[in-house]
Amino acid sequence: MSEEEVFRIVIDPKDHRDLPRAVITDCPSHLMTKTGSWRTLRPIVDLEECIKCGICWKFCPDVSIEVKEEGAVVDYDYCKGCGICAKECPVDAIEMKKEADYV
Amino acid sequence: MSEMKIVSGNFAAAYGAKLSRVEVVAAYPITPQTEVVEKIAELVAEGEMDSEYIKVESEHSAMAACIAASNAGARAYTASSAHGLALMHELLIWASGARLPVVMTNINRAMGPPWSVWADHHDTLAQKGTGQLQFFCESNQEVLDSVIMAYKICEDEDIMLPAMVVEDAFILSHTKEPVEIYDQELVDEFLPSYDPDYKLDVDQPLGFGSLGMPDWYMDFRYKIAEAFEKAPDKIMEVNKEFEEVFGRDPGGLIEEYKTDGVDVLIVTMGSISSTSKDVIDELREEGHNVGLARLRTFRPFPVEEFRKLTKGVNVVGVMDRSYTFGHGGDAAREIKDALYGHRDVILKDYIVGLGGRDLTPKILKNVMLDAISLQDKGLDREIEWVDLRINQERWRR
Ligand code: SF4
Ligand code: SF4
Repeated sequence: MSEEEVFRIVIDPKDHRDLPRAVITDCPSHLMTKTGSWRTLRPIVDLEECIKCGICWKFCPDVSIEVKEEGAVVDYDYCKGCGICAKECPVDAIEMKKEADYV
Repeated sequence: MSEMKIVSGNFAAAYGAKLSRVEVVAAYPITPQTEVVEKIAELVAEGEMDSEYIKVESEHSAMAACIAASNAGARAYTASSAHGLALMHELLIWASGARLPVVMTNINRAMGPPWSVWADHHDTLAQKGTGQLQFFCESNQEVLDSVIMAYKICEDEDIMLPAMVVEDAFILSHTKEPVEIYDQELVDEFLPSYDPDYKLDVDQPLGFGSLGMPDWYMDFRYKIAEAFEKAPDKIMEVNKEFEEVFGRDPGGLIEEYKTDGVDVLIVTMGSISSTSKDVIDELREEGHNVGLARLRTFRPFPVEEFRKLTKGVNVVGVMDRSYTFGHGGDAAREIKDALYGHRDVILKDYIVGLGGRDLTPKILKNVMLDAISLQDKGLDREIEWVDLRINQERWRR
């Protein structure tokens, strides 16, 4: 489902009169709200170091890591930068960097 | 055919749910509510009531299950009391925010400690800000009537809010009275089946209760406020319709008892109202110009109605079977709110009958005589705790 389909129940609401009676959407709210924008620290995975153990995937409270072929990949749309993955990684393959340096 | 049965307030609530063709019941037992859900369980087990009965491990889960059922488009019902209701608190707010017309019966019981199972309105009134409509019943018949009515009001597309139909512990919950159990066809005519526009459906997935960022949250809350603004008229409209179909007036927002042109207006809620009406009769015979307003609908609070009702009144004596610490009796405080800037009237708050302390006609009469006496002597104190052990002699003589 794409972002364009969000709020299809109501297209482009301007004020409360355009809203459904409660917050009812035709897709999960994460498509509307990229909570990754709240991040102040950014986890950077060193794929050379990563042993693909999946511990970061297990610990990430925002379900924002996927262990792929090449190693752990962070979904920056939703990663809130808590740093748990960096703390738990057994080989220190994740480093928390200043988000400001990336935006 | 409708039939008269001698039933307790608890059974009246159960029959109200049955007649409303409630589709999902999720509840956890607690004294003095247990009989409500026991009776429903029996009706479901015997095939007399076509409902899904969900046994849950707490009141929090009970309301959660009702919320999910209501989201799925089912008419949902639960019942609780006191500490059980308090445990439900979070979900009471969720139900109103999600705009789900779940109806529950609460048996008004005192909160502990001291541990108590007796009548007191604090449990219900501690939930007055949760976005529930609140109907305080005076009789078992009214309990049954109000459950049916509540669904009709709450499922209206302009309202879509949850409601609490409440009755006093033991005084109603365990006392049997003649109650008319209506013909199912008549109820069906009054209350059509529930069919919301948006519901949980695996073939057409929707997101419910999603995140509301600061740029939208407030606007959704305003929509709830709008529904509450429409609720008083809707309640009166449904009340009238109910009277036309069933020949009985459940009391609307405020039931007025001999209030025409009175000097002193007494305000009561719940079961003490019946005894109070007898006392009003006695006082009127003795020449006092006094009448009674039974506050039936606490949420939405009938602001306009109180302004009208107090026109030309000298004294308003409010009996509160609840006390909010650091503030006062709930009804008295809200009536003051309603009258601010509109009426220059003496208002005294009488805290009565907490934790089931008995309210005899003698005590009620002494309260009303005290209110009457304020006409000459003026307000002596804003809040008076009636029949405390230290002042019992005064109120019981
Ligand atoms: S920083 Fe936190 S949120 Fe982001 S990927 Fe690591 S564990 Fe998940
Ligand atoms: S915890 Fe470290 S090593 Fe394990 S998958 Fe994640 S980044 Fe790779």
